[in-house]
Amino acid sequence: MSQSKEKNKTLVLGNEAAALGAIHAGISAVYAYPGTPSTEVTEYIQGHPLAQSRQVKSTWCTNEKTAMEAALGMSYVGKRALVVMKHVGLNVAADAFVNSAMTGANGGLVVMVCDDPSMHSSQNEQDSRFYSKFAMVPTVEPSSQQEAYDIVRHAFELSEKVGLPVLLRMTTRLAHSRAAITTSEILEENEFHFPETPQQWILLPAISRKRYKKLVEIQFELGIESRKSLFNQYINGKDKSMGVIACGIAYNYLMETYPDGCPYPVYKIAQYPLDRTVLATLTSEVAKVLVLEDGQPFVEEQLVGIMDTPIPVLGRLTGTLPRTGELTPDNVRAAFGFETEQYFDEADHVASRPPALCTGCGHFDMYSDLNEVLTDYPDAKVFSDIGCYTLGALPPLRAIDSCVDMGASITMARGAADGGLHPSVAVIGDSTFTHSGMTGLLDAINVNADMTVIISDNLTTAMTGGQPSAGTNKFEAICQGLGLDPAHLHVVVPLPKNREEIKRIMKQEIDYHGISVIIPRRDCIQQLVRVKK
Amino acid sequence: MKLDIILCGVGGQGILSIATIIGDAAMAQGLYIKQAEVHGMSQRGGDVHSDLRISSTPIASDLISKGKADVIISLEPMEALRYLPMLASKGWIITAAAPFVNIPNYPEMSEIDSQLAHLPQVIRIDVTAIAKEHQMPRCANIILLGAAQDALGMNYAQLETSIRNVFGRKGEKVVAMNLKALALGREYAMQHKAAK
Repeated sequence: MSQSKEKNKTLVLGNEAAALGAIHAGISAVYAYPGTPSTEVTEYIQGHPLAQSRQVKSTWCTNEKTAMEAALGMSYVGKRALVVMKHVGLNVAADAFVNSAMTGANGGLVVMVCDDPSMHSSQNEQDSRFYSKFAMVPTVEPSSQQEAYDIVRHAFELSEKVGLPVLLRMTTRLAHSRAAITTSEILEENEFHFPETPQQWILLPAISRKRYKKLVEIQFELGIESRKSLFNQYINGKDKSMGVIACGIAYNYLMETYPDGCPYPVYKIAQYPLDRTVLATLTSEVAKVLVLEDGQPFVEEQLVGIMDTPIPVLGRLTGTLPRTGELTPDNVRAAFGFETEQYFDEADHVASRPPALCTGCGHFDMYSDLNEVLTDYPDAKVFSDIGCYTLGALPPLRAIDSCVDMGASITMARGAADGGLHPSVAVIGDSTFTHSGMTGLLDAINVNADMTVIISDNLTTAMTGGQPSAGTNKFEAICQGLGLDPAHLHVVVPLPKNREEIKRIMKQEIDYHGISVIIPRRDCIQQLVRVKK
Repeated sequence: MKLDIILCGVGGQGILSIATIIGDAAMAQGLYIKQAEVHGMSQRGGDVHSDLRISSTPIASDLISKGKADVIISLEPMEALRYLPMLASKGWIITAAAPFVNIPNYPEMSEIDSQLAHLPQVIRIDVTAIAKEHQMPRCANIILLGAAQDALGMNYAQLETSIRNVFGRKGEKVVAMNLKALALGREYAMQHKAAK
């Protein structure tokens, strides 16, 4: 597998290790929508000389669903494709993802999803392993940067071997931690070739029923693949009073707790579905088992089920580890009954320092104007969305009433307006609008909903570091194309000097009992600095 | 050897360039490194930190355990205090002295200073003022690194080489300025140590 091992001279993030692994595994495309903690994977491929010389397709997609489907098309013609997203992005891509298990993969198809336990930059803690189990496809979950590099290649090989997409799950701490890695031989891209069973890709009920049986049957084989996988390891231990199951990055915290080796038998898991044989061996040898897994109690719940287990299973459900939040070396240590060696108490005079909109940000001017206008309308509600402008929730602005999922601003404002709310205002960013706002706007226009939409356009995907925004220079055309009356479409420049004009337009459109769109447009100031550099 | 370092500050202050130089120096000496960073939302003016772990043997956890940080290097004094539970009993805090006030409830500076003064091993250095005095406004973080060199126990010549490696692309002038910044920080720390 690795004839020409080469030590990489630079430190790479877990995300970059996976990206390099994918380039060296011969991908022909990466399809992605930016989202923390996944963004660096695609950026690394975009900037890599080999990917550039091979013309690996790497332009950002409009959302995760378009990315997943493009990758499926690339797989259809026999090439290897990587799809990258954050965990909640998989909700958007779910229709395509779950059905890609039904069509199967031709060229290797790896869906890399970065979960964010502890919600460092996300609205929930969902664990993507539930998705792959639900879709009935294999999952790989590396524990280190080196494993991230190696496991991507394995995932592509597995995908082609079993003819299914493979989910690669990473969590924030590995995605955003650096280490040096050793690289393997660089593979060529796949030749263009069509699927051997083309009928399988037409998911008509009669075909789907046959295919679904096949998918169920193949699960046994997937379990054997997990057992044979070099990334899963059963490490025997002398002390049988307990056994440990350590998934992905949890293995590192276990090793941190026992630097000279764990005294208990350990099953290190980096590939799913769970292999019953090894689990049966482990549970027959030990008096109880502790499950260490980052995210939700995925393995623990499967072990426990709803009936009594022959031996106690400890983990997040039993309170041995915290039910929520990410694993840390400290909470894993505590799960083994060791005290933490803390020498200094929390300092008395430390205030929390939440993130904030940058000084000079156009979103800030937009919200200041909106806040002033809405003082005349005490019943007004502002439905906002996912992006930098979500920070408008914090003082001093306190300008928004909701933030749920990509695109929910427009659709929720429409529903609330239907229910009798006035003024019903939606605030959405430019990239979020093209990601998932356009369809909702079409709904609202079709019923001429009594609401005002603000598309706060900073000409970039700012929160994730300034990736190109799919709709730049197209927003007026998009709104009018969806049927918006041009008399109720306004573009303004959110600067203090334009404050009176903007307030006048906002008030005028709030007082108009129909759908209107205001587009405050000014460059993201972070992006201006980046471009200057 | 084992060295666990917490680098901290406010999003946008540039803690990661300090990490890059220390990382380069450790790599050159054939050491193992893991460096956990904060990306995303907090970078917008929130508190940020990076766990930088260096060791002569393989490193397991990407995160540092409580009570194990040998050195806290902070570009902001209140941020240095935030990670106090992480500090080892004989650990050092090397912090910039000037506050970065972007929140309404920033504590009284006298309270922060007094808490820092009660800790056993602290170097407070006004890197902003030194950078201004020597007309190197963008080198405050390298001055801080210079002040931390002794506490880190890192070879000074190796840090100089790593500054050349990291800033080389930006030209000789930038390299020279950062080398001077490193020297200024070290000089301050040595005087501080002598005075104690």
